Amino acid sequence: MIHTSAPPLLALRGVFKRFGAVQALADVDLEVRAGQVIALVGDNGAGKSTLIKVIAGVDPADEGVVEWDGHAVQIHRPHDAQHLGIATVYQDLALCDNLDVVGNLFLGREIRRFGVLNEVEMERRTLELLNTLSISIPGVRRPVASLSGGQRQTVAISRSMLGEPKLVLLDEPTAALGIEQTAQVLDLVERLRDRGLGVLLISHNLGDVKAVADWVAVLRLGRNNGFFDVTTTSQEQIVSSITGASDNAVTRRTAREGEL
Amino acid sequence: MNRTRTTAGKSGASRKGGPAEPDRRTRAAAAEQTTPVRRAVALFKRRYHRGELGSVPVVLGLFLIWAIFQTVNPHFLSPRNLSNLSVDIVGTGMIAVGVIFVLLVGEIDLSVASVSGLSAATFAVLSVNQGMPELPAVLLAVLCGTGVGAVQGFFFAKVGVHAFVVTLAGLLGWYGLMLYIMGTYGTINIDDRGLVAKLTNFYFNDVAAAYGLAALGAAGYFLASWLDTRRRRRAGVPFRSLSETGLRTGVLVVVGFVAAALLNQFQGLPLALLIFLIVLVGLDYVLRRTAYGRMIFALGGGVEAARRAGLNVELVRISAFMMSGTMAAIGGLFLASRISSVSQTSVSNNLLMNAIAAAVIGGTSLFGGRGSTWSALLGVLVIQSIASGVALMGIQAAVQFMITGGVLLIAVVIDSLSRKAQKAHGRV
Repeated sequence: MIHTSAPPLLALRGVFKRFGAVQALADVDLEVRAGQVIALVGDNGAGKSTLIKVIAGVDPADEGVVEWDGHAVQIHRPHDAQHLGIATVYQDLALCDNLDVVGNLFLGREIRRFGVLNEVEMERRTLELLNTLSISIPGVRRPVASLSGGQRQTVAISRSMLGEPKLVLLDEPTAALGIEQTAQVLDLVERLRDRGLGVLLISHNLGDVKAVADWVAVLRLGRNNGFFDVTTTSQEQIVSSITGASDNAVTRRTAREGEL
Repeated sequence: MNRTRTTAGKSGASRKGGPAEPDRRTRAAAAEQTTPVRRAVALFKRRYHRGELGSVPVVLGLFLIWAIFQTVNPHFLSPRNLSNLSVDIVGTGMIAVGVIFVLLVGEIDLSVASVSGLSAATFAVLSVNQGMPELPAVLLAVLCGTGVGAVQGFFFAKVGVHAFVVTLAGLLGWYGLMLYIMGTYGTINIDDRGLVAKLTNFYFNDVAAAYGLAALGAAGYFLASWLDTRRRRRAGVPFRSLSETGLRTGVLVVVGFVAAALLNQFQGLPLALLIFLIVLVGLDYVLRRTAYGRMIFALGGGVEAARRAGLNVELVRISAFMMSGTMAAIGGLFLASRISSVSQTSVSNNLLMNAIAAAVIGGTSLFGGRGSTWSALLGVLVIQSIASGVALMGIQAAVQFMITGGVLLIAVVIDSLSRKAQKAHGRV
């Protein structure tokens, strides 16, 4: 759909995923390029989170091809995705409330010195990372429970940046945030793009989507239902694509009559 | 302050990252100009509002309890009574340390009293009845506790039975096993001169021991803090000022030397207390400074987050129960040592309640994720002080239970309030 010569960072082709009787994803295609923000939108149950989980390796696809930098790859476990350079920030803030910012950032990949936690180095790197991402947080030694929702979200996103990923998956990063906090997070998303990362952003808020995304991929009932350039597409077009406004009882009847 | 700036600049030049936050430094500078007392008050207020009071309430409570009992009975703070107190706390305290590991991952272990009894019975039967040398008998008894913890942890973490139920079954089952092991013996007396008996009846009579320990503790703390400060300053991250380190070391020196002087007026430094302090320092280090300790805290703060961070949640959970079982077994040996015997009735209902209450009174949260091994020391001091004070006054145990119950309630209220305060703070 996008005509550029370099292969996309991530390409999904013909992805299927079934949970019991429910066909969650059917023949889904998606491409994400470096330095681009792709918004993934769709109604509840359209398969957005399922698709994210497929890419993150949490719930691998049943069928389909995943290409990374033009090469077919297998993502069976979260570790595979991380190894490729895919970082995921989940909707429900995967942070430990009682740990401080440094502790959360380095959870599971602590820097050690003689087998003991190297708190100094971790704190230094935390400050450096927050500084480069222009994130201001009252104190890196405060438990994240005492941070605001937006600050927590920025911590969660910066946590994903520690592994120096090439692609960041954000699952509704602005849900449940106030206006000011949403702006903080969207600013951060833009900074990620400016650093040349690919960003796949799930959002329910088309305002946010129009603000930061370059392209919008619409899912409807587990299938692709449009891929739009944000600058040239109206919000109404996206909405009708999400809701399937063109797909209703009347149109189906006409279609059927046409077949007869 | 000048020195800070230059070092921060140096690190900024050597690394590609920018300078440390400037506002943090100006704030630190402002704080430096006020007196330590004022700063302490400000810190207390800030922590109160953030719900991070930690051990402050329990220390105040302990002083209050001591003051009350001392006015009622002047023998309460006598060297003899305090020395006995320092040995009495160790058995329950060891069990409480294990309970803290389980509380930190957000679970509960109700079996600790039965496990402590089982361990003591195992030791007594092996060494006295079977004639096994004491050292291997001790090791087997402790391993028995570890094994019990592993079994309970398995049923909780792998099978998915609620920890409350697993350990409730353990409470009954291991008590039954202990009775079975003891067989027809109602009471087994252990060797008065043996290894286990020495645990609580050996004192370092030389005054140098207690003073030396106090000096060593303070010096060690100061050295560790100073090295940490130096490394932080070199790395250009915020560090604790020298005056604060000095203040903390000063408090430690005062507490340590007063305690040492008191102990030396009776029989000197008790071996039991020395072992307890070593265990506390060691496990505190494990919890705060190792990746394993970080995992324990992470589980208490959010299991899902820990799992997504790639932590082996099941293994950490099992290990917490193994710690609890091990420490319960060790505690059981100390309790047996204190009365030089193991009897079928040595597992009292109070022991379980006291161990869990000690952990909670000391400031470890029942909700998981907050606490430290030092809360075992503080909590068990409170509980044993009440028991000792009430005994000195010659009033019934009924009063002791009521007071301990009241203190526990206060402790839990403080825990809940600080959680609320923290949440409220987050919403600002």
